[in-house]
Amino acid sequence: MKTTQCTGAQAVVRSLLAEQVTTLFGYPGGAIMPIYDALYDHRDALEHILVRHEQGAIHAAQGYARATGRTGVVFATSGPGATNLITGLADAQIDSTPVVCITGQVASALLGTDAFQETDVMGISMPVTKWNVQVTRAAEIPAALAKAFHIARTGRPGPVLVDITKDAQLGLLDFTYEPCTGFRSYHPKPELSHSAVQEAAHLLDGARKPLMVVGQGVLLANAEEELLRFAEKTGMPVASTLLGLGAFPTDHPLYVGFVGMHGDYAPNIKTNACDVLLAAGMRFDDRVTGDISRYAKQAKVVHVDIDAAEINKIITADVAVHADAKDALRALTALVQPRQHADWLQEFSDAKAVEVETLAQHTGTTGELRMDEVVQLLSARTGGEALVVTDVGQHQMVTARHYRYRSTRSNITSGGLGTMGFALPAAIGAKLAAPERTVVAVIGDGGFQMTLQELGTIMQSKVAVKVLILNNRFLGMVRQWQQLFFEKRYSFTEMVSPDFVTLAKAYGIAAERVEARENLEQGMARMLGHAGPYLLEVMVEKEDNVFPMVPTGASVSEIRLA
Amino acid sequence: MKTQDHDRERSFTVSIFTEDRIGMLNRVTIIFTRRHLNIASITASESEVPGVFRYTIVLQATRAQVDKVVGQLERLVEVLKAFVHEEEEIVHQEIALYKVRTGTLANGAVERVVRENHARILSVDTQFLVIERTGHVAETQALFEQLKPFGILEFARSGRVAVTKPMKELSTYLKELEAK
Ligand SMILES: Cc1ncc(C[n+]2csc(CCOP(=O)(O)OP(=O)(O)O)c2C)c(N)n1
Repeated sequence: MKTTQCTGAQAVVRSLLAEQVTTLFGYPGGAIMPIYDALYDHRDALEHILVRHEQGAIHAAQGYARATGRTGVVFATSGPGATNLITGLADAQIDSTPVVCITGQVASALLGTDAFQETDVMGISMPVTKWNVQVTRAAEIPAALAKAFHIARTGRPGPVLVDITKDAQLGLLDFTYEPCTGFRSYHPKPELSHSAVQEAAHLLDGARKPLMVVGQGVLLANAEEELLRFAEKTGMPVASTLLGLGAFPTDHPLYVGFVGMHGDYAPNIKTNACDVLLAAGMRFDDRVTGDISRYAKQAKVVHVDIDAAEINKIITADVAVHADAKDALRALTALVQPRQHADWLQEFSDAKAVEVETLAQHTGTTGELRMDEVVQLLSARTGGEALVVTDVGQHQMVTARHYRYRSTRSNITSGGLGTMGFALPAAIGAKLAAPERTVVAVIGDGGFQMTLQELGTIMQSKVAVKVLILNNRFLGMVRQWQQLFFEKRYSFTEMVSPDFVTLAKAYGIAAERVEARENLEQGMARMLGHAGPYLLEVMVEKEDNVFPMVPTGASVSEIRLA
Repeated sequence: MKTQDHDRERSFTVSIFTEDRIGMLNRVTIIFTRRHLNIASITASESEVPGVFRYTIVLQATRAQVDKVVGQLERLVEVLKAFVHEEEEIVHQEIALYKVRTGTLANGAVERVVRENHARILSVDTQFLVIERTGHVAETQALFEQLKPFGILEFARSGRVAVTKPMKELSTYLKELEAK
């Protein structure tokens, strides 16, 4: 192996190149200056996107990772730079997103002394990372980064943080890079148990009313093809969690909708009517299950997950298949009998008809524009093929319900953490990862203002994202709860906002506002047809609610349609 | 599977084998803290395999809770293996030290208590003596109560150290892990 002498900072950059990193997101500062200096020599090979806040950097890295499956990379300085990453780390941890964050740290002699911009980054980030490590010697940098990338992307992916002291960045080492392929305490790829698969296949063969719920695990395992083949062979209805959307085409005859609090009526009520529930790459989040004591009690549960800690954590599995979704689905497809479930599928269609009819009674086409109309139009005009990044709130649920995702890696949203402010930076990362795709960030007026400084990043780095703001002049989702559960006491949810169009223009971003229904078509067409970034603000009804809804503490079968 | 026993709160001993790394104790305890579980005692030492650390944690919990904790402990990247044991599945001991005034030896009463409790006198100074007793909490506590009338100047009890009754050795697990 050939070695060359270099500084720790140069070793960081070379390690990234060895990992085939091409894009990273960051913000410089004192403790990471040597690394930025080393980056300067490689700025052609490594595209560094200068964000406006470190939270923006990590969300952008998350968007980048989720658009492609590649690991997102972040640079931040010590102290406040590192603490600004925490929300994104927690988000990436709970939504299993591969990200490697490299933070500068004060010199090792100053650790623990309250030196300028010294924070216990290891301690703070430990609960919100899959792994973290502090490097105090230059020679340890390549191996630490190799391990970081290996851990971030394998098994159930997640965020990793590497904290590098300034003396380690300045120190010298003989550089060689050996990618990490594993170590004894870490076994990310479980061995598929054939007896478990056989048991699962046996249950499915005997099922009269099987229901499959797929989560992001299917996407993370790149198992979309296997899912399609499995579903078509078994003929069983397929529902999706929020993060699973896009893993299965929503226009497929076996697709029966999205489960959970604001999911579709049919798959929610049928969860409590099926005889076998096959959960693949999902973790029974409480937003999915509602009251667990009344969740799928009648059903035999088959749980496929790569993370052993998820099995039996919330719902006890009758058959646990501890495996990568791709391996499990492939093995299952080979074993199951070909089946059809026409009558059972008809029950889903009937329930869907009830939902459509009931919701239609409560909506009109005369009043103010509604979020669902806007999303439906977006879906139609993009043919369900855009990469849609949503923020958190009513617009997120409406988009999940009404956008007809036709291909994988088209839905990026903050699911487990529900981080407002996620969408704008995540869309920047997604667009950089998938420049050929139309990337649309759908955001509420509240969430937009949590990270709107990233308009500066869009401007400087010329990122052609479309920003669709659904402005209801309220923190809509919270207002909805206040209306339904707090007697309409709208405590601090009405929001006065600046003129977003003028704001966008200040950043040199083309923008317009649509207030009337008759202008929506054209506005949408202009946004989608525009070559560069575009901000479209649509004024929507102030006090509209998202239905269906499973109220907190209710059972999924108690889902409300109005 | 959901039996009553599953939800009954009782004492469990969790043995965790980890790589020897800075911050490992913190990583381990966070898992308990997050679930609002109180650790009754904790000991840490190198195991029979060089470079592998062993944490022994005793806590009050339900089987359902402790099983989930073990799942999350094993998810930690540097944890090799975690086991949970019911009281009857392990052999365990604590060690307790009692400091009393040397003057109490005068009439032989303290010596008798020491003998009857299978304790021993560890060191004698002009001012004080130190008594040592190894056993279960109930036993070290009983001695505490009996010495109390003589005046206990200082008392310290270790966390539990435990070995398991099943014969499978850690090194066997390690070989299995390394073979994977
Ligand atoms: C960082 C953060 N703070 C607070 C919340 C709580 N929260 C959830 S939804 C919501 C309202 C979002 O309002 P807006 O962005 O305008 O979207 P809308 O619901 O109106 O579509 C709030 C405040 C959150 N999810 N994230």
